[in-house]
Parts: sequence; C-alpha cells; structure tokens
Amino acid sequence: MFVKQISVFLENKPGKLSQVTDILEKNNIDISAISIADTTEFGIIRMIVNKPEEAVKVIKAARFPVNTTEVLAVEVSDKPGGLNFALQVLNDAGVSIEYLYSFIKRNGNRALILFRVEDSAKAVEVLQSAGVKLYTNEEINSL
Amino acid sequence: MHWNRTRECMNVVELRSYQLTKLKETVDRVYHNVASYRQKMQERGVIPEDINSLEDLRLLPFTAKQDLRDNYPYNMFAVPLQEIIRIHASSGTTGKPTVVGYTRRDIANWAELVSRCLTMGGGKRDSVVQISYGYGLFTGGLGFHYGAEKLGAVVIPTSGGNTRRQVMLMKDLKTEILACTPSYALCIIETLEAMGIKRDDLNLKAGIFGAEPWTDNMRRELEGKLGIKALDIYGLSEVIGPGVACECMEQQGLHIFEDFFIPEIIDPVTEEPLSEGEKGELVITTIDKEGLPVIRYRTRDITSLSYEPCGCGRTHARIGKLLGRTDDMLIIRGVNVFPSQIESALMAAGDIEPHYLIIVDRVNNLDSMEVLVEVSEKLFADEIRKLEQVRKKIASDIYTTLGINVNVKLVEPHTIERSEGKAKRVIDKR
Repeated sequence: MFVKQISVFLENKPGKLSQVTDILEKNNIDISAISIADTTEFGIIRMIVNKPEEAVKVIKAARFPVNTTEVLAVEVSDKPGGLNFALQVLNDAGVSIEYLYSFIKRNGNRALILFRVEDSAKAVEVLQSAGVKLYTNEEINSL
Repeated sequence: MHWNRTRECMNVVELRSYQLTKLKETVDRVYHNVASYRQKMQERGVIPEDINSLEDLRLLPFTAKQDLRDNYPYNMFAVPLQEIIRIHASSGTTGKPTVVGYTRRDIANWAELVSRCLTMGGGKRDSVVQISYGYGLFTGGLGFHYGAEKLGAVVIPTSGGNTRRQVMLMKDLKTEILACTPSYALCIIETLEAMGIKRDDLNLKAGIFGAEPWTDNMRRELEGKLGIKALDIYGLSEVIGPGVACECMEQQGLHIFEDFFIPEIIDPVTEEPLSEGEKGELVITTIDKEGLPVIRYRTRDITSLSYEPCGCGRTHARIGKLLGRTDDMLIIRGVNVFPSQIESALMAAGDIEPHYLIIVDRVNNLDSMEVLVEVSEKLFADEIRKLEQVRKKIASDIYTTLGINVNVKLVEPHTIERSEGKAKRVIDKR
C-alpha cells in the first residue's frame, strides 16, 4: 500500500540538484515524481523513481546523505474537488499531513498525489474505506 | 602492567629527592652552557646555587616558544652539535619552526618514555603496533617508533595517509595497538565503514591517541566503534615529543613522568602558580635531558594537576585531559571558547560524528561564530522540521555551555577537509 520514496540532503548551492540528476541519468533511473523542500541553507529532494534500491546505492556512493521513506500514492480525480475529497477523509480521521506533492505521470483522467502523513496505517485504512485507490511502486512503474 | 616499576612506582619522598638532585644538575648545566638561560637568570639575580628545594624552581625564569625562535636554530642547545644525533621541528603554523635536538641518550630516554606509554595501553613484546603518526620532522612517528621497538613490539610504520591501505594492513596484520591523532582515528573509522569492515574483523585492543586535544565524548565514540580502550598521550617537541604524559587503564588523567619532568600549573595571565586541581597553563621543566633542556617551559596547554594516588600503582602526578591551548582559545564577545567545548556540545546533541568547522568573523563590529556540521547518514531526516530541530538543539547546547549564540549550518558529508595529522577546526576571519 506504500510507495518507497527517496530523500536526499543537499546544500542550497548552485549545481547541487543536477549532480543528483546526473547520477540518476548515468544509471538509467527514471524519475516519476520529484519535489524539493528548501531552506536558505539546505534542501531535501524527494523523489519516486523506477528503481529505488539502486538509486539509493548510487546516490550513497556519491556521498550524499540519502534515506527512504514510505509514502502514500493517492489517486484522485483530476477535476475541482478531487484532491479536496482525499484531504477531507484524512482530516475527518484526524490524520495530519507532513507534506504532499504530485506525480508527473497520471492514469487517464485520474491524478496521482503523494502524501506523507503522520499516521500512515490509519490513513490507509480511512482512504481505502472511502474508496480511494492507493498505488504501489510496481503499479506506478507499469503506468 | 608497568614498563619500569622501580621508576614509575617510586616512593614519593624518594621521587622528590631524586627530582631535586636532577633539577640542580640541569640548572647548573644550562647556566654554564646556554647563554640565553644564563642571561635571563642573571637578570633575575639567580645563580644555580640558589636552587636548594623544589620550591626554588619558582625563582627561575620561564621559557617560551619565542625564546626558541629567537635562538633559532641551535643556540638553546646545551651540548655541542657533535653530541646531537637527531633533529625534529615543531609543526609551527606561524613563522619559523622551532628546532629541537636530541643526544643519543635523549633518544634512548624518549624511547623509554614511549615504552611506558605503550605498556599502559597493554603493549607487550608480542603486540602488533601500528604507528599512523606522520614520520619525519614531526615527533609523533619516530618518537613512537623508537618506543615501540624498545618495547620489542611488532612495529608497523605506516605513517599517516593512504587510509585504505592502512586499514587493509590493520586487518591483515592483526594490529592490536593503534597510535595516531584522534582525528585520524575518526578518518580510519569512516574508511572502515566505507570498506564494509566491522570492528570484529579487526584485532584492535587499544588506541594511543594524542597530538591534539580530544574529549571524553570522542573517547566513547572511538572506543565503541573500534572496540578498544582509547588512551590519551601527551607530549610536545620542545619538551621531548609524545611520551611526556599518558593515561593508564584507569583513564583518570595522564601520568606525567616525574622522573624526567617537573610540572607546574600557572595562571597564563598573571604567571602565578595555581594549586592542585586548578585549571591553568601547564609549565614543564625537563630534569633529565641533554640536548635541549627546558626550564619552566610554557606549554600553552590548559589542564590541571592531581597528586592523588592512582589505582594503577604509579606514583607520578596526573594532568587532567587537555582542555585546549591558550593559543587555540578563541575569545568570542569576551567569552573564552575552546574548540573542544563545541565538540562536546555536538556529541551531546545526538549521534553526530564530530566533523565540524568553526568559522569566526566580525560582522558590524560584533564577533560572530558559525559552526558547520556535516550531516551524517544517521542524522539525516526526510523532514525539514526534524533537521531544523537538530540544528536548534546543537545551537542551544552550545548556548548552554558557552552562553554564546551561534549559527549552526548543516553541510553535506565529506565537505569539511579531513586531516591526516592535526585537525583544523577553526577559521578565524577577524
């Protein structure tokens, strides 16, 4: 029910981001979602890639701090109110959201949003019982 | 275990009387053989015959590093050059190095001292000792080398550098005692991790780390990650080199070998002697050195003295773990700051490997201090909030210790320069 996300610590300096994307290109790793959280001094890149284990290995070898986090890949309908529906379900259940960002890929008229929540197990439960589809890494790779 | 039980466990009354005899000899010798000592003593109106008790040491003038510079290179030597068989030079960071010379007997005595230190770390005739201090003008490498050979150990003279090869040899040759700077030991730990070698793959039992101040927190890290007893060794080339003092297995201070050296602690500003337990500048008089005897040498190292009996049976006084140097001391907005205090705060803030750099600057006439801390794998969290918490925790710990607000900046691993000798911890832009 979870998707493996890779997070990389970077100093907030010109050229840093492309160092990471360069490593991924050289290793033929495809990014299907990416976001950056930044402060004035450092940032965290978060990504969903087609080969997470390999990505961790090659990024680690380049001496960047990297870790993996389990996040939810939530399908919402791509029309007004689509995202809001999922958020309401979580809100009603009292599940706090740490951050979210969207996929580059989509499934027909359905959009995909990545959620990092405080209580993942509860989020899965309430979203599924509200009929919301959650994706796995394999399902994303096959899109 | 003791290398030289007779000397190291000498009855204190006998030790004092032995010291007085040797002190008198030394003062007499420098007065007659070293012009600058004679001149300074004459200025104070002191002659060798005035030294009749150990307290009379206080009548004698201090010696500073500047005296050695002023007499560069040979004028402080108390023997003709034909008696000198070895030269070392200090890692002088400013100006000319200070040159020190040893007679054959000095080299033998120095080896004796290092043998004592290695024995404190459990060293025996069949121990495998790897010496990763730099060989050359620096006293670390050769000083340890001669001591380890005198002990009869299996000596591996790897010197500093080429860490991957060092680690391979350490594993294959089953090194038991590692001698290097504590910062290089950290570099070795990183390399072990990078090479996938676990501490149980090694045969290490003890590490004898010195040439720079290090904290008890760092000791815990080194002991935990290498599975060893980490002992602190102290020395400086002007006095002899490593082996002036060393920790025994009790790890309650470093025994200073009083049959060779007389220690004092003074207030670095007023130059007044301080009493047992008080922190101040360590001053050392050598009483059994031929080539370059020093009288009341101001080491600029900050520590305290204890004459309490030690569980190991040695009767020689102990100096506390070195807190820093009077010249490493940073004065930030009037507060005395030692890099080691920052290090303690970093270790206390959580599992942070102490790769850090302090940058001091003056902004709008106000001192500012920034601490760069490398983000280790363990420290890295996926959320900005957590990283900010780490940053704040370090800054607040430093504030608690020093009362100074610092900016803590998290940087990528391996971006702070690694040292194979003494670590560079401070950049002062003022």
